[in-house]
Amino acid sequence: MNRYVLFLIARRCGAGLLTLLIVSAVVFFVTSQLPGDAAQMVLGQSATPETVAALRQQLGLDQPLMTRYLHWLGGMLHGDFGTSFASHLPVSQLVAARMPATFELAAIATLVSVPLALAIGLAAAIKRGSLFDRGLMLGTMAVVAVPEFLVATIAVIVFAVKLHWVPAMSLGTPAPDVVSYLKTYALPVLTLCCVLVAQMARMTRSALINQMESPYLEMTLLKGVSPLRAILRHALPNAVGPIANAISLSLSYLFGGVIIIESIFSYPGLASQLVDAVSNRDLPVVQLCVMLFAGCYLLLLLLADILTIAFNPKWRG
Amino acid sequence: MNLLTLPWRFFLSLTASGKTGLSITLIWIALAVFGASLAPYKLEDIGVGPMFGGVSKDFWFGTDYLGRDMVSRILYGARYSIGLALGAALLASLVGTLLALLAAVAGRWLEEILGRINDAMLVLPGKILALMIVAVFGSSLPMLIVTAVFTYWPGAFRIAWAMASSLRSMDYVRASRLRGESRFYIAVHDILPNMLHPMLTDFGLRFVYIVLLLSGLSFLGLGVQPPYADWGTLVRENLQGLFDGSPAVLAPALAIASLTIGANLFIDSLQAMRPLTPAKGVA
Repeated sequence: MNRYVLFLIARRCGAGLLTLLIVSAVVFFVTSQLPGDAAQMVLGQSATPETVAALRQQLGLDQPLMTRYLHWLGGMLHGDFGTSFASHLPVSQLVAARMPATFELAAIATLVSVPLALAIGLAAAIKRGSLFDRGLMLGTMAVVAVPEFLVATIAVIVFAVKLHWVPAMSLGTPAPDVVSYLKTYALPVLTLCCVLVAQMARMTRSALINQMESPYLEMTLLKGVSPLRAILRHALPNAVGPIANAISLSLSYLFGGVIIIESIFSYPGLASQLVDAVSNRDLPVVQLCVMLFAGCYLLLLLLADILTIAFNPKWRG
Repeated sequence: MNLLTLPWRFFLSLTASGKTGLSITLIWIALAVFGASLAPYKLEDIGVGPMFGGVSKDFWFGTDYLGRDMVSRILYGARYSIGLALGAALLASLVGTLLALLAAVAGRWLEEILGRINDAMLVLPGKILALMIVAVFGSSLPMLIVTAVFTYWPGAFRIAWAMASSLRSMDYVRASRLRGESRFYIAVHDILPNMLHPMLTDFGLRFVYIVLLLSGLSFLGLGVQPPYADWGTLVRENLQGLFDGSPAVLAPALAIASLTIGANLFIDSLQAMRPLTPAKGVA
C-alpha cells in the first residue's frame, strides 16, 4: 500500500461522509413535511389546542426548520434518536431489539449467495453463448424481473404446503437444535438468495465477459494458455473491481428485498418494524430505520470502492 | 405509407424474444385500457362463486376470498398496476432527463448541487425511500405516483447526466457554442436528440421498476387502497388462501411477472440493437 492509494481511500471515505450528511438532510426535510404536525400526531384529533401547543414547544416544533435539523443531527450523533410516537419508548431501544434478527438473516443470505453466485457467473462466462449460458441468463433474468412475493409464495407452496419439509411461518421462539434452526431460516433465506444469486451471477458474468473481450486476453489465449487458466489468472484479477461493485449493489438489494420477505414470513426484524412504523406514521422510528438502511448501503458501496482501489494494478508498488 | 408500416418494420427488426416481450407488454396495456368491458363479471360481484374456488370453466383463475371472479379482478386491477406505473415512469424519465440537461448547460454550481443530491438519493434504497414518503404523505393514488417519481428520477438523472456531460464536450456542440447559440438551443437541439434513444430504453426499465415498487407497496398494504385494487393488493388480500394452494394468490402475482418479464425481454433486445452506453466523447 503506498501513500497515493491511502489518499484515494481517505478521499473516498470523506465523500461517503458528505453523502451521509446530505442523506440525513433529505430524510429530515421529507419527514418534516408531514401535513399537520408531529404534536397533533402524538395527541390525536381530540386534543385541545393548548395541549398541542404545549407539546409543540416541548418537542421543539416551534423552532425554525434549520435549528430543528441541527438539533436532530446532534442528537443522532450522541445516540439520542428521539421517542416513538406510538409506544413512547426510546427509539434506540425499539430498534436495537430488532436489529440482530435482520443482520442474522442478511449475514446468512450473504454467506450462502456470494460463493454460489460467483461460481455460476464464472461458469456462465466460460461457457459463453452455449445453451447452458443462455438458459441460465434467461432464468436469472426471470427471477430478477418478478416481484419477491411471487418467489416467496412459490417457495411456500412447494416446500411448506406440498412437500411439508419446513414450517411456513415461524420464528417466534429461538430454535432448540440445529435442524429446526436450519428449518426456520430455510424459506426466508432461500427466497432472498434466489434473487441475490440471480442478480450477482448476471453482473459477475458481464464483468468477466468485458475482460474476456479485451485484446490482452486474446493474446494470452493465442500464446497457448488454457482457457480456464486465462480466466482465473488473467481476467479475474482485473474483474475484481467490477465484481466487488456488483456484489455490493446486489447486497444493497437485500435491504429492499428484506422488507417483503420479513413481512411475508412474519419475521421480527428491522424491516417489518419499518413497515409497522410507516403504517402507524411513527416518524422517529421511520427516520432511524431509513438512516440505518442508508448507512449500511453506503458502507457497502464504500467497501466495494476501497476493494476496487486496492486491487487496481495501476496503483500497485 | 412508409410511415404507416414503420411500427411493423420496427417489430420485425426485433429478435424473437424481443417480439415475444413486446407482444406481451402491448397485450397487457390493451387489457388495461379495455379490461373493464371485457371482464366477464362485475368488480364487486361478491359470492358469484365459492370462496377460494379452484380453476374451473366459469372462473379461469378461480375465485377470491369473497368468491369474486379472479379474471375480472385482474382485468380491473390492470389499469392501476399499469396506468400508475406508466404515468410515474414517464414523469420520472422526464424529470431526470430535463434536470440532467439543465445541469449540463447551467454552469458548475448547479451541476455540483444536483449531482450531490442525486448521489444521496441513490444511496437510499428504492423501497425504503418510498416507504418513508408514504409514511409522511399517505398513499392516495396521486401521492403514489409522486412517490414513484421521487424514488426513481435519480436513476434516470444519472444515466441522462452521463450522456449529456459527454455529449456537451463533443466538437459539434463546441462548434455551435462558438457560433453563439444560446444554452437553451444547445440543450434542446444539440444534446437532447442524441440522448433520446437510450432514454427511451431507460424509460422501459423505470416502468418495470415502478411496477415492482408499486405492487410491493400494495402487497405490504401501503400502496393502492380499497376500494381500488391493483395486482399487489390482490395478492395481499388473498394471502390466507396460500396454504390451500388457491390460484387466487398466484394468478395476480403471475400477471405482474408476465408483464415485467415481457417488458424486460423487449428492453434487452432493444439494448442488443443499440447498447445503452454513453456516446464516446473526446473526454
